[in-house]
Amino acid sequence: MTVVDIARGIRWYVRGIMGEDAYEKYLAHVAGEHGGGAVPLTEREFWRDRTDRQDANPEGRCC
Amino acid sequence: MANRSAGARTKDPKLPPVAVDPAIIEAADRRWTPLKIAIWVAIALLGGLSWVMLAVVRGETVNAIWFVFAAVCTYFIGYRFYSKYIEKHLVRPDDRRATPAEYKADGKDFAATDRRVLYGHHFAAIAGAGPLVGPVLAAQMGYLPGTIWIIVGVVLAGAVQDYLVMFFSMRRGGRSLGQMARDELGRVGGTAAIIATLTIMVIIVAILALVVVNALAESPWGVFSVGMTIPIALFMGCYLRFLRPGKVTEVSIIGFVLLLAAIVGGGAVAETDWGVALFTIDKVPLAIGIIVYGFIAAVLPVWLLLAPRDYLSTFMKVGTILMLALAIIIVRPEIFAPAVSEFATTGTGPVVSGTLFPFLFVTIACGALSGFHALIASGTTPKLIQKERQTRFIGYGGMLMESFVAIMALVAALSIDRGIYFAMNASAAATGGTIEGAVAFVNGLGMTGVNLTPEMLAQTAKDVGEESIVSRTGGAPTLAVGLAHIMQQVIGGSGLMAFWYHFAIMFEALFILTAVDAGTRVARFMLQDTIGNVIPRFKNTSWRVGAWIATAIMVAAWGAILVMGVTDPLGGINTLFPLFGIANQLLAAIALAVCMAIIAKRGYFRFLWIVALPLGFAAVVTITASFLKIFSPVPAIGYFAQNAAFREALAAGETSFGTAPSVEAMNAVVRNTMVQGILSILFVTLAIIVIVTAILATIRAARRGASESSEDEAVPSKVFAPAGLIATPAEKEIQKQWDALPSPPKRGGH
Repeated sequence: MTVVDIARGIRWYVRGIMGEDAYEKYLAHVAGEHGGGAVPLTEREFWRDRTDRQDANPEGRCC
Repeated sequence: MANRSAGARTKDPKLPPVAVDPAIIEAADRRWTPLKIAIWVAIALLGGLSWVMLAVVRGETVNAIWFVFAAVCTYFIGYRFYSKYIEKHLVRPDDRRATPAEYKADGKDFAATDRRVLYGHHFAAIAGAGPLVGPVLAAQMGYLPGTIWIIVGVVLAGAVQDYLVMFFSMRRGGRSLGQMARDELGRVGGTAAIIATLTIMVIIVAILALVVVNALAESPWGVFSVGMTIPIALFMGCYLRFLRPGKVTEVSIIGFVLLLAAIVGGGAVAETDWGVALFTIDKVPLAIGIIVYGFIAAVLPVWLLLAPRDYLSTFMKVGTILMLALAIIIVRPEIFAPAVSEFATTGTGPVVSGTLFPFLFVTIACGALSGFHALIASGTTPKLIQKERQTRFIGYGGMLMESFVAIMALVAALSIDRGIYFAMNASAAATGGTIEGAVAFVNGLGMTGVNLTPEMLAQTAKDVGEESIVSRTGGAPTLAVGLAHIMQQVIGGSGLMAFWYHFAIMFEALFILTAVDAGTRVARFMLQDTIGNVIPRFKNTSWRVGAWIATAIMVAAWGAILVMGVTDPLGGINTLFPLFGIANQLLAAIALAVCMAIIAKRGYFRFLWIVALPLGFAAVVTITASFLKIFSPVPAIGYFAQNAAFREALAAGETSFGTAPSVEAMNAVVRNTMVQGILSILFVTLAIIVIVTAILATIRAARRGASESSEDEAVPSKVFAPAGLIATPAEKEIQKQWDALPSPPKRGGH
């Protein structure tokens, strides 16, 4: 395992915990589900949609 | 990290296996190689030695490292043996079944997430101020009772609850605890559970807000730096919305740098005359400020304030906890507190009143057993789990990590001088809020080895950049002093102590404010749903007027308790904190009761004790504590005894009584104790209803045999991923076959 691998691993983990990879996961989902036929949301639309859905479905944060 | 992308695959019928053969798992578990035996013997010996050092060898001092070893070794043993036992007999996960993240996948709410990422994610959602505050307050009883309860409690109760709730919710498509209660316990039990959840939420938000008010009152530095989090979060929100959508880590780092600038800037501002004049705020106006803020924050769109602050809070939380763990291991502070103090048996402790049983077990809720987790473990996380067997690592393992946070908070609180600890945590009613009063009060407690001087208090206040540290109740300031004390030995020396103190205050305030905001929102939706049964229009959550009315009601509810807490002549935290713990443990009892009913319906009666044990304990503790709060004739403990004492004094025409200096204050005590007493009665009644309906459901299931199930139908899984943190040889073998498959179709965009 090289330094680059470790750095890449850390980046992957931090992005995962912060939820930054959500759009990539969404794209992968759309590509897998519709065989690339459907037009996915753009990145900007996706993040807007995400917070707007949180408005309608709040999640608790623990004490 | 080859198994990173095992999520999306083509739907080929000739896929490699989606689960490890149970026989192979069983064989691997039973194969005890010499190396494996040696490792577990070493863990057991080190853990045993640490417990001996803590419990038996009680010298003048005990080193903090023994707490770390005792905790970590016990967690390993509990995780390896007890959680596997629960998995095998009670949970019985099946990796051939798809999880909701797979069969309901929408790429948004239901999205399979790598187990290691989800572990961090789940931990960040469950760990908040609770495990940091409770252990600090419980430190008055000595170090041993709290340590045993946190470590043993999590293994046998807290982690079991989180694990079971998460698994059962996952099997039901991510259903919430309230919905599961309705399904399993019927109408009466379900309704009681929902009302209890709503009121418990109000109490918890109120007391968290009280902790913030107590930490920020009279502290211009704290008010400035915590206040600055609002414009910082607004900036981050706009940045993410308009400038660079989705660049979450980037904006969090920018926010973090701004946060550090706000802390440093706060120190400079607090030294100017205008800064002191502007930011020195009393408790009552501060409480009103937080109430107004709570309302505005809860009606603003999520993207503007809640989401960015949540990112910041996650970033700070994970970072600071790792930093503190490292610092404790490097510094290894000596702890001077007795193993068990006299307050454990006399019940006259100035921090929270009451004897060890039951009050230790309600003072420390989060970290050992936290009912609130059931709300997170049901709903959010189950929608993201990749494979069924991962719930043990994420649910049980995630709670072990929170328990470790509680142990670190306890160590930090214990590492400061015992006299200073009591001066900070005794209510202003006891100390008069002055250095002289605090010294007289603490030395008057007659504790051996405690000799507090006015210089010690003045010097500590100066070190942390505060005007005074006397009666800074609520746990947060004490933890901040402890953290600053430990951190300055690693970075910066005493010159940086004030920075670390305010860093810690900021860190706690940040996620308390997030919890206040998110809690208000969740409570608002629950309330709208309830009112909607009478006035249908309220069910529509996008109806602005309804949303505002429901938010206002919820904010008024917790706001009233908050104001009651800050104006309480008896000193808010020590009267209200037991209510917080009782509420949290009652929620745990409700969650465990729901789990028990589910297990009974699955027909696993032989192993029902696994959940009956923590349920029985939580029920006994909370019901005893509630009854003491309601019926105890000792005014310091019983709300109604206190109420009667003050009413009699008023009737006798007295103008001051106990710590209340005026008729007005006496009237406030009468009013507050009545409200607190009524809340205690409400909680205990609801809990008894839920527990009784759960027992009835269990008995019914026993008579009928395992038949009904509220689980979603089983869908065959088409993906594979390892179950634990590290993949086993068998899992690596299967993973290799998956990796050898042709890669999925090319994605657009990236």
